[in-house]
Amino acid sequence: MSGAAQQFRRDAAAKAVDLEHRAVIRKNMDTYEAAVALGKKRFADWEAARQRCHEVKWEAINHLDRYLVAFERKVKERGGHVFWAATPEQARNYVAELAASRKVKTIVKSKSMVTEEVQLNPELEKRGIRVWETDLGEYIVQLRNEPPYHIVTPAMHLDREQILALFREKIPEDVTGESHEELVSAARRALRRAFFSAEMGISGANFLVADAGMVAISTNEGNARLCTSVPPIHVVFAGIEKVIPRMQDLATLWPVLATAGTGQPITTYSTLIGGPRQADERDGPTEFHVILLDNGRSKLLFDVEQRDVLYCIRCGACLNACPVYRNIGGHAYGTTYQGPIGAVLTPHLRGLDEWNHLSYASSLCGNCTQVCPVKIDLAHHLLHNRRNAVHASKRPLPERLGMRFWRWAMMSGTRFRLLGTLGRMTLLTLYGAGAQHTALDPLKPWTREREAPPVAPISFHDIWRKNGGR
Amino acid sequence: MAPRVTLFVPCFVDQLVPQVALDMVAVLRRIGCEIDYPEEQTCCGQPAFNGGFWDEARPVAERFVRIFRHAETVVCPSGSCTAMVRCFYPELLKNSVMRADAFALGHRVFEFSEFLVDVARVTDVGAEFPHKVTYHDACHLLRELHVGRQPRELLKRVRGLELIDMPYAEECCGFGGVFSVKFAGISAAMGDVKANNIEASGAEYVTACDSSCLMHIEGRLKRRGAKAKAIHLASILASGEGARAGSDASSAMGAGR
Repeated sequence: MSGAAQQFRRDAAAKAVDLEHRAVIRKNMDTYEAAVALGKKRFADWEAARQRCHEVKWEAINHLDRYLVAFERKVKERGGHVFWAATPEQARNYVAELAASRKVKTIVKSKSMVTEEVQLNPELEKRGIRVWETDLGEYIVQLRNEPPYHIVTPAMHLDREQILALFREKIPEDVTGESHEELVSAARRALRRAFFSAEMGISGANFLVADAGMVAISTNEGNARLCTSVPPIHVVFAGIEKVIPRMQDLATLWPVLATAGTGQPITTYSTLIGGPRQADERDGPTEFHVILLDNGRSKLLFDVEQRDVLYCIRCGACLNACPVYRNIGGHAYGTTYQGPIGAVLTPHLRGLDEWNHLSYASSLCGNCTQVCPVKIDLAHHLLHNRRNAVHASKRPLPERLGMRFWRWAMMSGTRFRLLGTLGRMTLLTLYGAGAQHTALDPLKPWTREREAPPVAPISFHDIWRKNGGR
Repeated sequence: MAPRVTLFVPCFVDQLVPQVALDMVAVLRRIGCEIDYPEEQTCCGQPAFNGGFWDEARPVAERFVRIFRHAETVVCPSGSCTAMVRCFYPELLKNSVMRADAFALGHRVFEFSEFLVDVARVTDVGAEFPHKVTYHDACHLLRELHVGRQPRELLKRVRGLELIDMPYAEECCGFGGVFSVKFAGISAAMGDVKANNIEASGAEYVTACDSSCLMHIEGRLKRRGAKAKAIHLASILASGEGARAGSDASSAMGAGR
């Protein structure tokens, strides 16, 4: 078992019995579900909107070569720079070197999961740069020295009391009260100082619009607008799968993203950015860079079966819908992307060897597939990852031998019935001798968490036989 | 003419809960079906398929298709095993010589409640079960076969039965096959959520169309010392006075066909 798998087992098992944690998540998910149910009703036809988004992403992903280059050309025409990063290291180094050459001391960031994926902040901090996360949730987890708990709502696992205690410790001079509003104001005061002292702003991208050469960003706090307009340099981080063909596609994608993500008709701030300050413009950054990150994505593009994973718009709906996520939370995964999309995607980004266990940590309930707004068949991709892990011999030997034995048993009715009877007789004898609830219970893996069903003395087949086919 | 149905008895039903298959047979007979039971059947292959061992699952699935390929209508007391044949065989066997047979068979395999309501067109099977019952939507049945209305319609017509909705009826109970032992802690936590919702409904019984989920739910309920019990839909439909007397169900069956 890989180190990551062992860590996951430990963390997930610990979180699964943490009732307080489970209660906080469930409360948040209930609020989310109610909002999304209302949100979907605003659509004349939610299913048609999903299908439309699926088709737009299909078009984009199947013509990435064309749309990415079109996007790049437009950005360059307006004086922006585009850097194609094959690896996280290349992406980190590009920003670090840019920051060094411009003597950047402070960076403000709006939310970007790709910067988490490439582990940008530790690299910048190593080089003596102060990095401020300015999305409220991200700011909170940064103060706690934690990774985001959820791709959309990074501090979902915390309540007001915990945040109050954190702020009192980290930014005591800004805390003026205990209410939600006063806590938000405290963060706002601290972040305002950062916004106006930063020499560089970093943002993510929800979409890269190919025909306009623009970056589309959705936020609810307005922090992205400050990050992208106040500092003299703006750097955008985006995975190559973020490109969409046309501006008009946003007409569906924006509201669908907002609805699936939070239940909103559209996020409070929907921003389009096309490059650095132009000659006839009075403000905005003088430098504009877009980093297009591959990091395994073009390899995934070659995988015909799972290519649609690149359709993901990072709305978080599958996390919220996942009963596993709801019980173990985001941190147990140990990945940048959590929940079903994380379980499917991570083996492609970080290797199947270390990360196939996440595809097994699912009851295959299929709720992720059902809620995905771009119709990625997530549940079936978990099955594909499992099959790929077996084919690559990444599963433990006892399991492989066990399945071979299973096949041998199931290929004959006689063997199946004999082994079944043998198993039941053994159980009946042992349970008759009082082995249930002891270390000798052969059903221990099952009975550790639940009672065993009563053992049937005779199979259906044998009853049928005995009754002469009745 | 009474329709002929062929029994697909999942391996664990055969070995662990034979009563469920007996109850299904009793209901099918009551509505006038003639029954075939291919005795050589074992497993549909789902455990290996779900575990990623497709090369092990494939010959077992092919064997299943060989056994059932001449059956006119196949009925199974499990949504999950039915989904395996209907929804997953086409992918598992896409390069197999059995491909065409598998694909055709998928259209003739029905989950028990689906068969009663959609094929036999029976909703009242003459059962009586004077208890408060809540229904749990098993995942494969609901999200692969899209069956949720049919079992509820059957339950509504059981005499004396009070059907109570439980909150989050569609949320997974946490069974998930090997998942339930590989990740027992997570599975148990999910089972607790389900158990809480069952208890919140105030029902005496939780029912579903899959014995696997019910075994997990009941095991968890018992471990918590809860009063509610788990029972397969077939066992509810097989119970009561009317069940023995026969009822008007067989004529409804004829009309439906």
